[in-house]
Amino acid sequence: MGHFDKVKKLGRTKSHREAMLGNMAMSLFQHRMIKTTDAKAKALRPLVDRIISTAKKDTLAAKRQVAKTVKNKEVFKKLFNEIVPQFADRTSGFSRVIKLGVRRGDGAPLSVVELLTEKPKKVDDKKDKKKKKAASGK
Amino acid sequence: MALPKRRHSRARGRKRRTNWKITTVNVVECAHCHQARLPHHICPQCGYYDGREVFAPGQES
Ligand SMILES: [Zn+2]
Repeated sequence: MGHFDKVKKLGRTKSHREAMLGNMAMSLFQHRMIKTTDAKAKALRPLVDRIISTAKKDTLAAKRQVAKTVKNKEVFKKLFNEIVPQFADRTSGFSRVIKLGVRRGDGAPLSVVELLTEKPKKVDDKKDKKKKKAASGK
Repeated sequence: MALPKRRHSRARGRKRRTNWKITTVNVVECAHCHQARLPHHICPQCGYYDGREVFAPGQES
Protein backbone atom coordinates (compact mmCIF):
# COMPACT_ATOMS: atom_id res chain seq x y z
CA MET A 1 0.00 0.00 0.00
CA GLY A 2 2.80 2.39 0.85
CA HIS A 3 0.60 5.14 2.23
CA PHE A 4 3.53 6.59 4.13
CA ASP A 5 5.85 6.68 1.14
CA LYS A 6 6.59 10.29 0.42
CA VAL A 7 7.67 9.47 -3.12
CA LYS A 8 5.91 6.88 -5.23
CA LYS A 9 8.78 5.32 -7.12
CA LEU A 10 6.72 3.80 -9.93
CA GLY A 11 9.46 1.26 -10.67
CA ARG A 12 11.74 3.91 -12.15
CA THR A 13 15.01 5.55 -11.26
CA LYS A 14 14.88 9.05 -9.83
CA SER A 15 15.88 10.70 -13.09
CA HIS A 16 13.46 8.62 -15.14
CA ARG A 17 10.63 9.31 -12.72
CA GLU A 18 11.25 13.03 -12.54
CA ALA A 19 11.53 13.33 -16.30
CA MET A 20 8.33 11.37 -16.80
CA LEU A 21 6.30 13.27 -14.21
CA GLY A 22 7.60 16.57 -15.59
CA ASN A 23 6.51 15.60 -19.08
CA MET A 24 3.14 14.48 -17.77
CA ALA A 25 2.68 17.79 -15.95
CA MET A 26 3.41 19.66 -19.17
CA SER A 27 0.93 17.48 -21.07
CA LEU A 28 -1.67 18.22 -18.43
CA PHE A 29 -1.14 21.99 -18.68
CA GLN A 30 -1.34 21.70 -22.44
CA HIS A 31 -4.46 19.55 -22.69
CA ARG A 32 -6.22 20.28 -19.35
CA MET A 33 -6.99 16.57 -19.01
CA ILE A 34 -4.84 13.47 -19.43
CA LYS A 35 -5.47 9.75 -19.17
CA THR A 36 -2.88 7.58 -17.36
CA THR A 37 -2.64 4.74 -14.91
CA ASP A 38 -4.07 5.37 -11.49
CA ALA A 39 -0.62 5.18 -9.82
CA LYS A 40 0.92 7.75 -12.16
CA ALA A 41 -2.12 10.00 -11.81
CA LYS A 42 -1.83 9.99 -8.05
CA ALA A 43 1.90 10.71 -8.23
CA LEU A 44 1.29 13.57 -10.65
CA ARG A 45 -1.36 15.38 -8.64
CA PRO A 46 0.86 16.75 -5.82
CA LEU A 47 3.50 17.81 -8.36
CA VAL A 48 0.96 19.72 -10.45
CA ASP A 49 -0.57 21.36 -7.40
CA ARG A 50 2.86 22.48 -6.21
CA ILE A 51 3.79 23.90 -9.60
CA ILE A 52 0.57 25.93 -9.73
CA SER A 53 1.00 27.13 -6.14
CA THR A 54 4.49 28.33 -7.01
CA ALA A 55 3.31 29.87 -10.27
CA LYS A 56 0.65 31.84 -8.42
CA LYS A 57 3.35 33.79 -6.57
CA ASP A 58 4.26 35.34 -9.92
CA THR A 59 7.78 36.45 -8.94
CA LEU A 60 10.95 35.96 -10.97
CA ALA A 61 12.18 33.37 -8.49
CA ALA A 62 8.87 31.53 -8.72
CA LYS A 63 9.04 31.57 -12.51
CA ARG A 64 12.54 30.09 -12.45
CA GLN A 65 11.39 27.43 -9.99
CA VAL A 66 8.50 26.49 -12.26
CA ALA A 67 10.73 26.50 -15.36
CA LYS A 68 12.77 23.71 -13.78
CA THR A 69 9.85 21.37 -14.43
CA VAL A 70 7.90 23.14 -17.17
CA LYS A 71 10.65 23.19 -19.75
CA ASN A 72 8.49 23.83 -22.78
CA LYS A 73 8.21 27.57 -23.45
CA GLU A 74 4.76 27.38 -25.00
CA VAL A 75 3.38 25.42 -22.06
CA PHE A 76 5.17 27.75 -19.65
CA LYS A 77 3.46 30.75 -21.22
CA LYS A 78 0.10 29.00 -21.22
CA LEU A 79 0.50 28.13 -17.56
CA PHE A 80 1.13 31.72 -16.50
CA ASN A 81 -1.21 33.46 -18.95
CA GLU A 82 -4.18 31.12 -19.11
CA ILE A 83 -4.12 28.59 -16.29
CA VAL A 84 -2.93 30.55 -13.25
CA PRO A 85 -5.49 33.42 -13.68
CA GLN A 86 -8.29 30.83 -13.55
CA PHE A 87 -7.10 29.75 -10.11
CA ALA A 88 -7.24 33.25 -8.61
CA ASP A 89 -9.99 32.26 -6.17
CA ARG A 90 -8.41 28.93 -5.21
CA THR A 91 -5.51 28.31 -2.85
CA SER A 92 -5.14 24.56 -3.23
CA GLY A 93 -6.60 21.54 -4.94
CA PHE A 94 -5.99 22.58 -8.52
CA SER A 95 -6.23 19.12 -10.02
CA ARG A 96 -8.45 16.10 -9.70
CA VAL A 97 -8.11 12.38 -10.38
CA ILE A 98 -11.13 10.30 -11.43
CA LYS A 99 -11.00 6.56 -11.97
CA LEU A 100 -11.73 5.32 -15.45
CA GLY A 101 -11.61 1.51 -15.31
CA VAL A 102 -9.01 -1.07 -16.28
CA ARG A 103 -6.83 -1.28 -19.36
CA ARG A 104 -7.28 -4.16 -21.74
CA GLY A 105 -4.11 -6.19 -21.98
CA ASP A 106 -2.55 -5.73 -18.58
CA GLY A 107 -5.59 -4.84 -16.47
CA ALA A 108 -3.91 -1.72 -15.12
CA PRO A 109 -6.34 0.65 -13.41
CA LEU A 110 -6.64 3.84 -15.44
CA SER A 111 -7.55 7.32 -14.33
CA VAL A 112 -8.10 10.78 -15.69
CA VAL A 113 -6.21 13.75 -14.25
CA GLU A 114 -7.81 17.10 -14.92
CA LEU A 115 -7.19 20.71 -14.02
CA LEU A 116 -10.11 22.35 -12.29
CA THR A 117 -10.29 25.07 -14.90
CA GLU A 118 -13.17 25.95 -17.17
CA LYS A 119 -13.69 23.38 -19.88
CA PRO A 120 -13.00 25.03 -23.23
CA LYS A 121 -16.12 24.89 -25.37
CA LYS A 122 -15.20 22.57 -28.17
CA VAL A 123 -18.72 21.97 -29.42
CA ASP A 124 -18.32 24.60 -32.14
CA ASP A 125 -14.95 23.16 -33.16
CA LYS A 126 -16.42 19.72 -33.66
CA LYS A 127 -19.27 21.10 -35.75
CA ASP A 128 -16.79 23.03 -37.87
CA LYS A 129 -14.65 19.96 -38.38
CA LYS A 130 -17.65 17.90 -39.40
CA LYS A 131 -18.68 20.58 -41.85
CA LYS A 132 -15.16 20.74 -43.24
CA LYS A 133 -14.99 16.96 -43.55
CA ALA A 134 -18.36 16.86 -45.26
CA ALA A 135 -17.30 19.65 -47.59
CA SER A 136 -14.01 17.97 -48.50
CA GLY A 137 -15.76 14.62 -48.97
CA LYS A 138 -18.06 16.10 -51.56
CA MET B 1 15.24 -29.59 -7.47
CA ALA B 2 12.47 -30.20 -4.96
CA LEU B 3 10.10 -32.99 -5.92
CA PRO B 4 6.92 -34.31 -4.27
CA LYS B 5 7.65 -37.20 -1.92
CA ARG B 6 4.16 -38.70 -2.02
CA ARG B 7 1.22 -38.63 -4.35
CA HIS B 8 -1.59 -36.50 -3.00
CA SER B 9 -5.21 -37.50 -3.35
CA ARG B 10 -7.76 -35.81 -5.59
CA ALA B 11 -9.73 -34.92 -2.45
CA ARG B 12 -6.75 -33.10 -1.02
CA GLY B 13 -6.37 -30.95 -4.10
CA ARG B 14 -10.10 -30.37 -4.37
CA LYS B 15 -10.34 -29.36 -0.70
CA ARG B 16 -7.62 -26.79 -1.24
CA ARG B 17 -9.37 -25.47 -4.31
CA THR B 18 -12.71 -24.98 -2.58
CA ASN B 19 -11.30 -21.63 -1.51
CA TRP B 20 -10.77 -20.52 -5.09
CA LYS B 21 -13.85 -18.38 -5.37
CA ILE B 22 -14.81 -15.54 -7.59
CA THR B 23 -16.70 -12.60 -6.22
CA THR B 24 -19.29 -10.61 -8.08
CA VAL B 25 -18.23 -7.18 -9.28
CA ASN B 26 -20.05 -4.44 -7.47
CA VAL B 27 -21.84 -2.32 -10.00
CA VAL B 28 -24.08 0.69 -9.51
CA GLU B 29 -26.56 2.38 -11.79
CA CYS B 30 -25.30 5.42 -13.67
CA ALA B 31 -27.32 8.46 -12.70
CA HIS B 32 -27.12 9.79 -16.25
CA CYS B 33 -27.64 6.85 -18.62
CA HIS B 34 -28.96 4.29 -16.06
CA GLN B 35 -26.60 1.59 -17.30
CA ALA B 36 -24.32 -0.35 -14.97
CA ARG B 37 -20.98 1.18 -14.03
CA LEU B 38 -18.31 0.66 -11.38
CA PRO B 39 -18.68 2.77 -8.25
CA HIS B 40 -16.38 5.82 -8.09
CA HIS B 41 -15.57 5.44 -11.79
CA ILE B 42 -16.42 7.48 -14.84
CA CYS B 43 -19.29 5.78 -16.65
CA PRO B 44 -17.80 3.91 -19.64
CA GLN B 45 -21.04 4.21 -21.60
CA CYS B 46 -21.76 7.93 -21.33
CA GLY B 47 -18.53 9.34 -19.85
CA TYR B 48 -20.34 11.09 -17.03
CA TYR B 49 -19.11 11.37 -13.48
CA ASP B 50 -20.69 13.39 -10.70
CA GLY B 51 -23.30 14.92 -12.99
CA ARG B 52 -21.13 16.16 -15.84
CA GLU B 53 -19.44 14.73 -18.88
CA VAL B 54 -15.79 14.13 -18.09
CA PHE B 55 -14.72 11.99 -20.96
CA ALA B 56 -16.63 11.26 -24.13
CA PRO B 57 -16.59 7.50 -24.80
CA GLY B 58 -14.20 6.49 -27.57
CA GLN B 59 -12.34 9.80 -27.32
CA GLU B 60 -8.57 9.56 -26.84
CA SER B 61 -7.00 11.92 -24.33
ZN1 LIG C 1 -23.67 6.59 -17.85
